[in-house]
Amino acid sequence: MNSATREAYGAALRELGKTNPNVVALDADLAGSTKSAMFGKAYPERFFDMGISEADMIGTAAGLATCGKIPFASSFSVFVTGRAFEQIRNSVCNAGLNVKVVGSHAGPSCGEDGSSHQAVEDIAIMRSLPNMSVVVPADDVEAYAATIALADYNGPAYLRVARLASPTIHKEGHKFVFGKGEVLREGSDVTVVACGMMVPRALDAAEKLAEEGISAEVVNMATIKPIDADLLVECARRTGKIITIEEGSIVGGLGTAVAEVIAERCPVPVRRIGLPDIFGISGPGEALLDYFGLNAAHIIDVAHELLG
Amino acid sequence: MKSDLATIAQRMRAHMVTMLAAAGSGHPGGSLSATEIVADLYFKHMRIDPNNPQWEDRDRFVLAKGHAAPALYAALALRGFFPEEDLVGLRKIGSHLQGHPCMFATPGVDMSTGSLGQGLSVANGMALAGRVDGREYYVYCLMGDGEIQEGQVWEAAMSAAHYGLDHVIAFIDHNGLQIDGHNNDVMTVTPIDEKFRAFGWDVVTIDGHDFAQIDAAIEHAKNTPGKPTVIVCETIKGKGVSFMENEVDWHGVAPTAEQAEQALAEIRAR
Repeated sequence: MNSATREAYGAALRELGKTNPNVVALDADLAGSTKSAMFGKAYPERFFDMGISEADMIGTAAGLATCGKIPFASSFSVFVTGRAFEQIRNSVCNAGLNVKVVGSHAGPSCGEDGSSHQAVEDIAIMRSLPNMSVVVPADDVEAYAATIALADYNGPAYLRVARLASPTIHKEGHKFVFGKGEVLREGSDVTVVACGMMVPRALDAAEKLAEEGISAEVVNMATIKPIDADLLVECARRTGKIITIEEGSIVGGLGTAVAEVIAERCPVPVRRIGLPDIFGISGPGEALLDYFGLNAAHIIDVAHELLG
Repeated sequence: MKSDLATIAQRMRAHMVTMLAAAGSGHPGGSLSATEIVADLYFKHMRIDPNNPQWEDRDRFVLAKGHAAPALYAALALRGFFPEEDLVGLRKIGSHLQGHPCMFATPGVDMSTGSLGQGLSVANGMALAGRVDGREYYVYCLMGDGEIQEGQVWEAAMSAAHYGLDHVIAFIDHNGLQIDGHNNDVMTVTPIDEKFRAFGWDVVTIDGHDFAQIDAAIEHAKNTPGKPTVIVCETIKGKGVSFMENEVDWHGVAPTAEQAEQALAEIRAR
């Protein structure tokens, strides 16, 4: 509980090693950081460290998948989605192969390593690929459940996990339902749609807004693609105002995915919180989240603006 | 008298010319140069079952230089994976024969390719899966000589040697030409053999149009435990059609109906 989503990913991967002989794991020299090493230590014959070569790792994973294996290929999100983008496009998505791409240390909460290591574009570029699904779990419990669920899902998927420990909001044993958003708190004045580490912050904001008489609905949109469009339309009809918050660029990410649905099916005002088309900077992860306004205070400000 | 394989190669070439002319686009040069390699694999060495293309114990083939799809399609059709009549549908809407190989469209295609440099990694993954499952199949991977300018090839070369993938047998179709000209004018690729040797591979250099040499090289590869083998095949781009041979302009241009007729006459006369 209250651990990083990458820790839960590693634990779930190890569990999959026990329950599913077809699960294999690959890493690109960051197994200790992405936690895929937990699998590698338990099942060395099914773990392949490919060295610092993300493109080769994804291609190898694709080859394994053609033979019925279920490869989980992990690295830092910026490298695995960026360095190997075209391998993911052609060898995985265009071939329709059952490869799970796992990106850790995503977003500014990656921290001191700075902008070169903080993926802000990963959700956007993965979301743009036909056949690819995108999952960003809100906490350790959901990350564990999502990892288990993705092994049963037949198709390419991108799982985004974080470096920092964060509060657990789900009960132990929570079941992750692929493709479904989750209303965590009901409300009638405004809907806050969040993913990843922004979910607890959205709940915090809703609590504070309630104190001043504003009823905020909070939705955890862990599956960003395929997005739960029906739920979003329900929310738009219910509250008529939507705020999105994500730990990444507002260009092409969760906010964009939500806006696409709302614009076409139930136009209401939408405000996107995230990095406004900029890269990150160095600093402690938690402090950077505040620095970039990825917090409850910013959600509250935007809610005030929206509610006039 | 021609060997059976020579007859197969002749029929493959005729199919390639015909399907490319029918398509009006495609890559004759590098398809024709790879003919003997592909023919030898599909009609002699590979353990495959056209009635069960997904057979788990089958040998695999990754056409890393996916633009040579006509050579693969011709071999698959002649081997019985699908009707020969399908071949003229190449590159047309509604046909299962995509411009570059597509594993879920065409029976017998083991991997979707087309973007150069990615096939060897995939072949390695197939071999690793075979190792995990205790299966004995071989994975053959055919790369172009220009293709080895892609950095991923050398990442994969490192991986295959690191994991001792002796069931990976790679071929380089060394016809010396790529779209922009001679390999070494565009970006020097030679010495290919020394590069792979330095990466920990077993290396054999042969005449890529000589079936006896291809056979011997594959047998040698199968009897070289603990490391992957690359067979550097000296070939002629456009082989078998006089006006295409060693002409870089025939890399990615289809013959007209008239040119196809002349090519077919030459192929049949051999």
